[in-house]
Amino acid sequence: MKRLDSEILVIGGGIVGSAAALALARAGRRVAVLERDLCGARSSGINYGGVRRQGRAAVQLPLAQRAHHIWSGLRELIGIDGEYVRSGHFKLARSAADMQALEAYAELSRPYGLDIELISGERLRRQCPWLGGAVMGGSLCPEDGQANPRLVSPAFARAATAAGAAVLEGCEVLQAGHDGSAFVLEARHGGQALQARAAVLINCAGAWAGKLAAAFGEDVPMTSGHPSMAVTEPIPHFLPWSLGVEGGSIYCRQVARGNVVLGGGRGYVLDADRARASHDSILGLLPQAVELLPALRHVQIIRTWSGVEGYLPDRQPVLGPSATQAGLFHGFGFCGAGFQIGPAAGEALAELVLRARSPVPLDAFSISRFNAVAADASSHPLVPERKIS
Amino acid sequence: MSRPPVIIGAGPAGMRAAQTLAAYGLRPVLLDEAPRAGGQIYRQPPSGFTRRRTQLYGFEAGRARALHETFASLRGQLDYRPQTLVWNAQPGLLDLMETGTLAASSLSWDDLIVATGATDRVLPFPGWTTPGVFTLGGAQVALKFQGCAIGERVALAGSGPLLYLVAYQYAKAGARVMAVLDSGSMGDRLAALPAMLNQPAVLAKGMYYLAWLRLHGVAVHTRARVLRAEGGARVEALVWRREDMNDAQASPGPEQRIECDAVGFGHALRPETQLADLLGCRFGFDPVQRAQLPLRDPAGRSSVAGVYLAGDGAGIMGADAAELAGERAALALLQDRGMAVDRARIHTLEARLRRIGAFRQGLERAFPFPRRWAETAPDALLVCRCENISAGELRGAVRDCGAGELNRLKALTRVGMGRCQGRMCGVAAGEILAAAAQVPLSQVGRLRGQAPVKPIPIGMHCRQMPHAAPAAAPGEDA
Repeated sequence: MKRLDSEILVIGGGIVGSAAALALARAGRRVAVLERDLCGARSSGINYGGVRRQGRAAVQLPLAQRAHHIWSGLRELIGIDGEYVRSGHFKLARSAADMQALEAYAELSRPYGLDIELISGERLRRQCPWLGGAVMGGSLCPEDGQANPRLVSPAFARAATAAGAAVLEGCEVLQAGHDGSAFVLEARHGGQALQARAAVLINCAGAWAGKLAAAFGEDVPMTSGHPSMAVTEPIPHFLPWSLGVEGGSIYCRQVARGNVVLGGGRGYVLDADRARASHDSILGLLPQAVELLPALRHVQIIRTWSGVEGYLPDRQPVLGPSATQAGLFHGFGFCGAGFQIGPAAGEALAELVLRARSPVPLDAFSISRFNAVAADASSHPLVPERKIS
Repeated sequence: MSRPPVIIGAGPAGMRAAQTLAAYGLRPVLLDEAPRAGGQIYRQPPSGFTRRRTQLYGFEAGRARALHETFASLRGQLDYRPQTLVWNAQPGLLDLMETGTLAASSLSWDDLIVATGATDRVLPFPGWTTPGVFTLGGAQVALKFQGCAIGERVALAGSGPLLYLVAYQYAKAGARVMAVLDSGSMGDRLAALPAMLNQPAVLAKGMYYLAWLRLHGVAVHTRARVLRAEGGARVEALVWRREDMNDAQASPGPEQRIECDAVGFGHALRPETQLADLLGCRFGFDPVQRAQLPLRDPAGRSSVAGVYLAGDGAGIMGADAAELAGERAALALLQDRGMAVDRARIHTLEARLRRIGAFRQGLERAFPFPRRWAETAPDALLVCRCENISAGELRGAVRDCGAGELNRLKALTRVGMGRCQGRMCGVAAGEILAAAAQVPLSQVGRLRGQAPVKPIPIGMHCRQMPHAAPAAAPGEDA
């Protein structure tokens, strides 16, 4: 059996876990990331790629503003630009009620500095000749944007490695507990048993984080969601902004390569770890896409995909210390909207470890809001027991 | 079970499966992308074309006639839907699009025979995207379907039985075959003879093609490595040299140049496995075919209940085997429906399939994969033509980002992310990855299947539209 002794263990090499590990390694701390698959391959890698503050609940905006600052220095931080562009994010209104909701949001978010502009009437028609359907207007957040999640998220893990973190891919944690002096994790890495010990444990296990929390007596009402995504063949550039629609349904953006990325509806579950875009979601998405952007009518869809995201009933993540176990921190359940705030969530976790508090208010994200019941903190299996050879 | 069984693909496997099911009183749905039945090998020209079967199919004219006539006699016993692309599959449901009208529909299924066939296995060389360069299969389709050649002075390169067959067909059709460049050697052929002798008729055909080509003055070079295609708006020459692609010790010969206006190339075939993948079939690595293939029992049952696999789409066995496997899979489907079937026929089919299986093993030895292809591919070689990704970029992702798995390589470089979704470049990308990461090919995995199997227009006409996506759907924006 292999042994790994570290100061801090991070479970999950998605964008949040990797950003936390990066910040901790840069602070000179000994940190190891245990990633079951490949870093950034799950919801951090399969998401739409919106880097958007607009539309977030007010409690998230301080974190989103901090993330906005981090994104501006992305290349210095992770070594690549990850196709990040501040293209603007435009949220559409299809009714007067929608428009009122957008106006209310512009007002609500004003103190946080999103600089939202409302566009309607003649200006909308002049500025958006490509827009079809019954769009009345919209609200533009000019400095929101988009990036390529399958490049950005793995790059956070590589940056953490370069900063000195030990990143173990293909490392599945089977059992977690605390022996009174340290966390003890039983894992399997490259076909071998691995025991990892550390004084601090950070739970960034995404849609699978509920099991780890439960191992320490904290029950959270996690569910899995499966976004349905599609991408077209590359076409000449026509769409300047990332688009969303008030009330949900379709969202889309055009990448530098020319492909239009579309999302909306739900995928279906293949098994506990995998999901696919479904018949219903694809066929639901296509007519909406044509209605919104008539230029897409003769363009071809070349790929669809989905993934597994962790959801919580109030649509807010869990981000902060455990209510039952000293030294344990959680950062999960970003409800399909964790890509933009992920880097800031990771830094906040690092600050909690290093200084016991973060300058960003995190109270709304406390795990205790789910009335976590303190139970025995002995070792619990996370997956059905298997013999480790 | 009340729904009729569904067959995807009207090549030799799908046609025989349909015939078998009809013989037992069922009325299967037969979906096929092509306008007329026959698959790639027995592809029929558009109605009104007048080339005779012997011109179209050569030695296979008898088989083609038998199959097409059998199929014609089944009219009325099948729900046959040509020009229908199956672009998505999920449990119990297929998504279809009529390729002519772009009408979309869906089809529920209880049991399904997947006979999706194969495409060329493409190992690119510098200049392979120059106009005038085709795959061997593409060159053959041009001849069979449209009765036209890819050029007047044609150079053919690669390996596998198709190389010699296409050369023969082109020469017979009146094109000048400037040379046949085979990456394998005569030594490989001799070593494989014992295994191939159990299908003497097939072996004899192969030897006939070779003898005919030599007799008619066509230059056939073995141990030939194609170095590049030259030309701008149109290919002008193919440059090659003698080099053993399975032995790094042997020293290569001097560069040689063949003037030509068209090139056909390919290294055998690769199965079209995306639908089996979407259906959730379990896959395993086949070291002989160097591919991840859907697993099946000798009857063609996949790992998913109700899904049967037959023909080259499940693993390359050739057209004769496809007919047998299509019939066998249909009998398995009938057995699983609790119907009494002809047991003696099952034994015959399985015995013949085993014999062909042994012959195919010999064939793989006779036309060995050029194992040094990946290590000798220059960095500048374009591997993924949809996304313009070179071998050097793939190696860079392995070196700098630690990519060791095919989907990760795709995520980092865009290889296989374009219109073909890896159907053309996936094999080459996997070989480059394995060589660069110095891991066995079996470890690099396979590109995950994702709908649509082929591109579909956003504006296709959906008769029954599902309800609009629910508001505040998951993944709403980030």
